[in-house]
Amino acid sequence: MIEWLTWFTSMENTKPFVLVLFFITFVGIILYVYTGKNRSERLESYKNIPLTDEDEQSTHPEEASK
Amino acid sequence: MANVAVANEQYNYDIVRKFTIMTVVWGVLGMLAGVYIAAELAWPFLNFDNPALTFGRLRPVHTTLVIFGFGGSALFATSYYVVQRTCQVRLWGGKLANYTFWGWQLSVGIAAISYLLGYTQAREYAEMVWPIDLLIAVTWVIYLIVYVMTMVNRSQPHIYVANWFFIAFILATAILHIFNNMAVPVSMFSLSSYSLHAGVQDAMTQWWYGHNAVGFFLTAAFLGMMYYFIPKQAGRPVYSYRLSIIHFWALIFLYMWVGAHHLHWTALPDWTSTLAATFSILLLLPSWGGMINGIMTLSGAWDRLRNDPVVRFMIVSLSFYGMSTFEGPMMSLKSVNALSHYTDWTIGHVHSGALGWVAMISMGSLYHLIPRLWETKMYSEKLIFTHFWLATIGIVLYISSMWVAGIGQGLMLRAFDEYGNLAYTFIESVSFLHTPYVVRTLGGVFFLSGMIIMAYNVFMTIFKGRKEAAVLEAKLAAKLANA
Repeated sequence: MIEWLTWFTSMENTKPFVLVLFFITFVGIILYVYTGKNRSERLESYKNIPLTDEDEQSTHPEEASK
Repeated sequence: MANVAVANEQYNYDIVRKFTIMTVVWGVLGMLAGVYIAAELAWPFLNFDNPALTFGRLRPVHTTLVIFGFGGSALFATSYYVVQRTCQVRLWGGKLANYTFWGWQLSVGIAAISYLLGYTQAREYAEMVWPIDLLIAVTWVIYLIVYVMTMVNRSQPHIYVANWFFIAFILATAILHIFNNMAVPVSMFSLSSYSLHAGVQDAMTQWWYGHNAVGFFLTAAFLGMMYYFIPKQAGRPVYSYRLSIIHFWALIFLYMWVGAHHLHWTALPDWTSTLAATFSILLLLPSWGGMINGIMTLSGAWDRLRNDPVVRFMIVSLSFYGMSTFEGPMMSLKSVNALSHYTDWTIGHVHSGALGWVAMISMGSLYHLIPRLWETKMYSEKLIFTHFWLATIGIVLYISSMWVAGIGQGLMLRAFDEYGNLAYTFIESVSFLHTPYVVRTLGGVFFLSGMIIMAYNVFMTIFKGRKEAAVLEAKLAAKLANA
């Protein structure tokens, strides 16, 4: 019943299999990230996270003196 | 400034402060050791016939103090700060987080002393003997737990990309450390041990660890630093968040395969070498994608480069990141490697990444962080400018002298006369290296001077912050007494 698993024990099978698997996964990530207007907007909105925790007046001497 | 005080109570800044101070301390000590061994190579009498002062013992002291002492402490400090700020939650596990500080500092300190005494397991960047390896493993697993639990408790629904890089660094470093250091002690009370791996497999394991230490410890983690501190200092969001996602997955996937490029033209199977070189070339794409993402964050605000020395540190660090991630894939080509390997070109390449990228982004991030941790302004902005120029000139002197040394050395070792004999004796290649070695030492002196100035500036800032806090407290007490 688990004989089909022996197919994976041959490096000649697993190497191209893993190559195709990783390639498809990576292409999938690119498609996920760059398609869909709403998704793109949502993902880009996350870049503001570091700026939403503003708690300080500037500690940069020039700006602090303004 | 009152808001900073609130943040100081809301978040665990105490642990960040401790790691920040030790970053500066290890930085000065590690770079001092580096300058000394650079001088030893130019003027060997500096050994003073004392075994503890020889290059072989001091070199791991230098690498351990700068990579794990300076770099590691900077990563602990910034990752603990970033995870709290971007998850908007206090760091999980107060005592456990505190343990990571003492565990890490103890590991670095004992390791340095053990090298001076001649105890080493002779694995590059992992010279620590087995009891120290165990201490590091425990400390690192606790670091992982503290970090993951803080993210689990987050108030912010999305996990900001800087944390992805930090978590990848923590996970990968745990795996690398454990597998590279699998060894059988000679006896229960002996510091010596036998590696579990043998022959070419041992070499493979060592460079799988070695290059991924570069990839995950010295690159991915500092990219996490970059993705938080550049937007914060520039006051604008990262150029493209979607690019940062692609950058992350591509970098994480590709790095694991490239370690074998350190073993070209050895007993390693040829296909393994080719595979490592191929993936090294591919690695150029995510590396430059990340660099462009960081630099373009400043798009529309380039004037900040003129008047903000902290932004300068950060942008110059990215420029060196771009340069060394171009040089690395080039050196991984077998034909180039035939010339560059076993020469000082490799040392120059490592330092363009370590000084130019790792140290500069750390220094920039610390200059951003320190005023916020001690609720004051930096003691002197002029000293930050001075530090910037000393560091930049130091790096340029260092890497250009090592290019001359390495390429010259490589050409001399490969030159044949008309009869097929070696054109140069080995000692001729050694004496050729003297001048570049002197210039390299000078570059190191410049860089170390900058670090000492930073230490002075940082400690004066801390004293200033404490003084201001004491005055504020006294005023409040006086007001309360009058009320």
